[in-house]
Amino acid sequence: MQGEKKKKIVKTIRIDVDKCNGCRACEMICSAFHATPKYSSNNPARSRIRLIRYSLRDIYLPVYAGEYTVAECAGRDKYMIDGKEYDECAFCRASCPSRDVFKEPDSGLPLKCDMCESDPTQEKPLCVQWCINDALIYEEREEETEEEVNKEELVIGLESLANKYGLHKIMDIVARMSESKKG
Amino acid sequence: MRYAETGYNLEIDLTHKSIERVVTDTLETELYLGGLGTSAKILWDRVQPEVEAFSPDNLLIFATGLLCGTPATGCNRTIVSTISPQTKLMAFSMMGGFWAPELKYAGYDKVILRGKSTKLVYLWINNDKVEIRDASHLKGKGAVETAELLRRELKEPEAQVAAIGLAGENRVYFASIEQGRSSASRGGIGAVMGDKGVKAIVVRGTKDLNIARPDEFMELSNEVLKYIKFRNENPIPGVMPILAGLGSPQEMKIHDEKWHTENFMWGNSRVRRKDFWTEEIAKQWAQTLDSMRTRLISCFNCPMTCGATISPPGRPTYMMKCFSKLTYTMAAFSDLEFGLGIAQSATEYGVDAFSTPQVMAFALELYENGILTDDDFPGMPSDNEGRFYWLLDRIVRREGIGNILANGTYWAAKEIGKGAEEYAHNNIKKHEQLPLKLSMLNPIYFLMYATGEKINITQIEGQFPQAPYSTREEKEAFVKDWFQVPDEKFKQYFLDWEPRGEKSMPFYPTIEMCCDIVDWQEKMHYIDDALGMCSGLSSFPLKPPYHIHNFPKFISAGTGIDMDEAKLTQAVKRYRTLVRAFNIRRGMRRKDEKPPENHWKKRFPELEKDLLDAYYKFKGWNNEGIPTKESLHELGLDYVIEDFQQRRILTDLDHVPSEETSAKEMDK
Repeated sequence: MQGEKKKKIVKTIRIDVDKCNGCRACEMICSAFHATPKYSSNNPARSRIRLIRYSLRDIYLPVYAGEYTVAECAGRDKYMIDGKEYDECAFCRASCPSRDVFKEPDSGLPLKCDMCESDPTQEKPLCVQWCINDALIYEEREEETEEEVNKEELVIGLESLANKYGLHKIMDIVARMSESKKG
Repeated sequence: MRYAETGYNLEIDLTHKSIERVVTDTLETELYLGGLGTSAKILWDRVQPEVEAFSPDNLLIFATGLLCGTPATGCNRTIVSTISPQTKLMAFSMMGGFWAPELKYAGYDKVILRGKSTKLVYLWINNDKVEIRDASHLKGKGAVETAELLRRELKEPEAQVAAIGLAGENRVYFASIEQGRSSASRGGIGAVMGDKGVKAIVVRGTKDLNIARPDEFMELSNEVLKYIKFRNENPIPGVMPILAGLGSPQEMKIHDEKWHTENFMWGNSRVRRKDFWTEEIAKQWAQTLDSMRTRLISCFNCPMTCGATISPPGRPTYMMKCFSKLTYTMAAFSDLEFGLGIAQSATEYGVDAFSTPQVMAFALELYENGILTDDDFPGMPSDNEGRFYWLLDRIVRREGIGNILANGTYWAAKEIGKGAEEYAHNNIKKHEQLPLKLSMLNPIYFLMYATGEKINITQIEGQFPQAPYSTREEKEAFVKDWFQVPDEKFKQYFLDWEPRGEKSMPFYPTIEMCCDIVDWQEKMHYIDDALGMCSGLSSFPLKPPYHIHNFPKFISAGTGIDMDEAKLTQAVKRYRTLVRAFNIRRGMRRKDEKPPENHWKKRFPELEKDLLDAYYKFKGWNNEGIPTKESLHELGLDYVIEDFQQRRILTDLDHVPSEETSAKEMDK
């Protein structure tokens, strides 16, 4: 299958940790923006950006919430940069079973940064707007990407599932899925 | 539902180990706002004048400001109030940082401690779960160290910790409560915490804080943020750098210390070094600061970066802000490297950076003058810097002479005798002041020093320029966008004010104008202390983003309580008067309201008397500084009238009894 050329906007937040003053305004305003109704409350524990901060070790690391994952990684990483040891999984964006961050504190439901997409549109994500020391800078660029379905990957994936669970089971599930779609 | 505040206080009885969550009354919020306002009400209601600082009946209140934790930039202050062991009056000291918002997110507005624990404990407030826990393993640990140990022990890296060091444990009269990058230092509140047997209060909160009218509140907050950016880009011309911008004086940023080092006094507030700031020193100090300062940092939800992380060679890292940068250096006639080094020890011990260096310089002055002798300093090193480290250690451990010095210069001088009192020369209401000795009386500062009950000039001054501009053009440019004034007349005061001639100090601003100016300055600080706003964005700098015109809107939109300028002004007057009433009930009178005798070389006794008479009257106080029946009634403080009458502080005729029974008690 021939891939189609598509234009897409890539939204980036450039994080300059050297400029972070640790005030956590980003956490506060993120949670306020995502409250219902908007700004009716705030609670940094609900924020989709979290500042990992160890003042005495001079660690100031804003991390954004990424995808939810059901399983934790098999191994965990720990970074040492310029002699500073970062927490296990510090740089990871996932909301995952191995830790509390990026989950609603009451329900435990996962949180994910949506770049403050809303109606009306925000010029920049709120965390960037409130970081007037420019530790967070918003950048947008247009990229042309070729969208193609990689058939090979699908085949490999299905084959491995069939190997693991048996072909019948897989077919069964696919049939059930298409049935429920119809209904 | 409650807005901006949580509506709950934590009442903790340390004697009986009981913990209660108590609903607060919205009416009290309307009358006294929060923070200092509602704390003053609690202290008035529950702490009788006979109660001493170290009595189990004394309360130690950790209060969040009314708007702490809301999106209002810079609103993060914890207001700690109690009876001061040093002044024996109400102490209310503030700290920025992260503790107050965290307490709000945990679901409480205040933590009210009463009683005493016989064993050292710490409090662990984790949302609804509140525990009194054993802290025997933390005994003698530094305040910063304690915070780190507790975060690790509880596996809560995001918990906020307010802790005391050794000085607080040993009830040093100028012990502070430390909280990472901030501290509540004045009045010896750390000693009261130590007396109650509480090493630390750890807080973690993950609840929502509500806003009554979000759209309105955000519009106000965005305006403030925009104005902060504007002010950062447009410093005020014609004033010294630390007064040109916003925030706490930016001591961690600036290298040029000519103004402080040549105008403030060195040693025991004695020596002015007019040609101190040479190129060589400037270079050396800049190098020191650059090599030790790892990062400029802020309090919760504030872009101002007034603090810094400091790593002195061979010592643990700590955090610092403001004038503590120079107080140790200047008391010891030393250099910045020494100052930043000893401040690390002082921060771990948890002592006030204004009082402590002065107490040590005072001791050495007594030694040089033979009032204290070698016998009082066994084992003291002979080098100057070594002596300061040695004295600091003795004081916080209350060993030998340190046990006497730990009570501050006023009480130490009394105990030492032999003329030592002459050397405790820089106190107001028994509390050490900034080391300033100036030439001619400044009537505005005279009133602030005399009547301020926070007893710290930096927490009373602000808003109005400290000195007149020389040209008409400069003045006009200054007043052009000065929308913060509560009344247009202040612009005229400033326009007419001249550096010399008829309209200059000390007779201009006139007495009447001085009353207006001082009242405005004080009012803004008292608003901050109730709302939890940092004075660095409000009452202290020139042309701040928060002012009397937008504060009522913030309160209305935030809490849902109807508020306008008149109502806010009345509320501030109410709890400000209540603070005074509380101190009056403890014996404070006119005789206590005076700046150090040598603060100015040229004094004007008659003018000073007229100033104080007029200001008392302006405030609704009688000639002894006691709030009158009329003014109390007007503020709805009839319960104070009743109490004053029972104690014969006020009689039906509003006559002031001339005997000084209560006043004498103060000097006991």
